[in-house]
Amino acid sequence: MRLYLQYLKILLKSALQYRVSFILLSIGQFFVPFSIFISMYFLFQRFEQIKGWTLYEVALCYAVIHIAFSLSECFFRGFDSFSSLIISGEFDRILVRPRSALIQILGSRFEFTRIGRLFQSFIVLVYAVYHLNLDWNYLKIITLTAMILSGVVIFAGIFILGATLTFWTIEGLEVINILTDGGREISQYPLNIYPNWVKNFFTFVIPFGTINYLPLLYVLDKTNKNNLYAFIPFIGMLFLIPCLLFWKLGIKHYKSTGS
Amino acid sequence: MITYLSLFKMRLTQGLQYRVAAFAGILTQFFWGFMYIMIYQAFYQSTNTIQPISLHQLITTVWLQQSLLALIMLWFRNNEIIKLITKGDIAYELCRPVDLYGIWFSRLAAQRLSSALLRFFPILLIAYFLPYPYNFSLPNNFVTFILFLITLVLGLFIVISLSMLIYISMFYTLSGVGSILIFGVIGEFLAGLTIPIPLMPKTLIIITYLLPFRYTSDLPFRIYAGNIAYKEAIISIFVQIFWIITLYIIGKLWLKKALNKVVIQGG
Repeated sequence: MRLYLQYLKILLKSALQYRVSFILLSIGQFFVPFSIFISMYFLFQRFEQIKGWTLYEVALCYAVIHIAFSLSECFFRGFDSFSSLIISGEFDRILVRPRSALIQILGSRFEFTRIGRLFQSFIVLVYAVYHLNLDWNYLKIITLTAMILSGVVIFAGIFILGATLTFWTIEGLEVINILTDGGREISQYPLNIYPNWVKNFFTFVIPFGTINYLPLLYVLDKTNKNNLYAFIPFIGMLFLIPCLLFWKLGIKHYKSTGS
Repeated sequence: MITYLSLFKMRLTQGLQYRVAAFAGILTQFFWGFMYIMIYQAFYQSTNTIQPISLHQLITTVWLQQSLLALIMLWFRNNEIIKLITKGDIAYELCRPVDLYGIWFSRLAAQRLSSALLRFFPILLIAYFLPYPYNFSLPNNFVTFILFLITLVLGLFIVISLSMLIYISMFYTLSGVGSILIFGVIGEFLAGLTIPIPLMPKTLIIITYLLPFRYTSDLPFRIYAGNIAYKEAIISIFVQIFWIITLYIIGKLWLKKALNKVVIQGG
C-alpha cells in the first residue's frame, strides 16, 4: 500500500509538469459526460419519464456510475497499457521484483485528468439529491457510498479481466471496452428499462445491477420498506474475486515473449 | 489533381490492411447501436405524444451513424499529421512541390474512407436482417437514395475541412489531444450525434441549423430515413456547398499564416 501511494505521488508530480495540457484535458474530460447529461436532460424535457423513472432519479443513477467510473479510471487504468508491458517483455522485470505484480502494474499509470469527469458527475449527484426530496438516514448514505465503491471495484475487476486476457492474446483487446465503456453507458439508466436479457447479463454476469437499479429502489423508497436491498452493493464487490483468481491463473500461464 | 488522387489511393489500400481492428470495431459499434436503440425505445414507449421523428426512422439513422462513424466523427484522429507537427517532420513535407492543404486533405479523406469501407457493409447487412423494429431498412425510393449519397459526400468534405482547422490550430498549441477532445465533443453534440436533432428544444435546433456540424451527418441520415422532404434537402445541398467553400478559404488562409510563423520542432 505504501508503495502504491509512492507511485501515486511520483506520477502526480510528473503529470503536473505539463500544466496547460493537463488543465485542457481535464476540461475536456469535464465536457465528455456533460454533453451526455445535457442530452439526457433534453430527452426528459420531451418525454418526461422513462418507464416510470423521472429525470432526477435517473440523474442519481448516472452520477453513481460516472463517479465510480472516473475513480476507477484514475486509479486502476494501469491495466490499460498492460499489453505493451507483455509485448516489450517489461513484464518479466516486474515479476522478478520482490513486490506484488498487481501493485506495480496499478502504479504504472494514473489518469489524473479524470478529475474533470469526477467533478462533473459530482455536480449531477448534488443536483439529483437536491431535487429528489428524500428523507435521508444513515443506511441510505451507506448504501449510496457502497454503490459508488462497489462500482469502482467492478470496473477494476473488468480492467483486470481485460489485462489477463492479454496473457493469451498478447495484443490488447479492444472488445473489453464494451464491458467498461459500454457498461458505463448502459448503467446510466436504471437497468430495468432494457429488455430482460440485457438486464440479466448486467446483473448476474457483470454485476452492474447491484450498484444500479436494485439499491436505487431502496434509496428512492420504492421497495415497501424492504431493507435488504440496501446491502446489495456489497454483493457486487464479490465480482473482484473471480477476476483475481483468473489473474493468478493467467500469471501461471504466462510465457515471456522474449523480446 | 492526379498527385492527390494517387496519394489518396495509396492511403486507402494501406488502411484496408487492418482487418482485425475493423472486426473489433464492428462488434463495438453493434453494441452501441443496440444500446441507443433500446434507450430510445424505452423513451418512446413511455409517451403517447407523436414525436417529430418516428422510432423506426430514428433506428435507421442510428445504424447509419454506427456504420459510417469513420466518415462523420470529428475526433477521428490522424496521428501521422499530429506527429508531423509536434516532431518537426513538417520540414520535409514543406519541401514537397505540392500544396500542403491538398496533401493533408486527401490523406484524411483516404483514412476515413478506408476505415468506413471495411465497416459499413457488414454492419448494415446484419442490421438489415434484424427483427422489426430493430432492423435497418432500405430508403423509400431511388431519389431519396441519390440525395442521401450527394449530401453524404458533401458532408464528408465538411468534416475534413473542419478537422483541417483542428490540425492547423496545433501549430499554435502543439498538443492536440485536449483541443481535439473539446472540439470533438461540442461538434458531436451540435451534429446531433449525442441526441438526435429533431428531439432537441426549438432554440437549440435553430442553432444547429446555423452551424456546419449538422450538415455532416444529421442531414444525410435523416434524408435517408425519410424525415427530411425533398425541397428542404435540395436547399440544404446549397448550404453544404456554402460551408465547404467558407471552411476551405478559412483553412487555406489560416494555414498560410501559420506556416509563415512556423518554428520547426528540432530533432
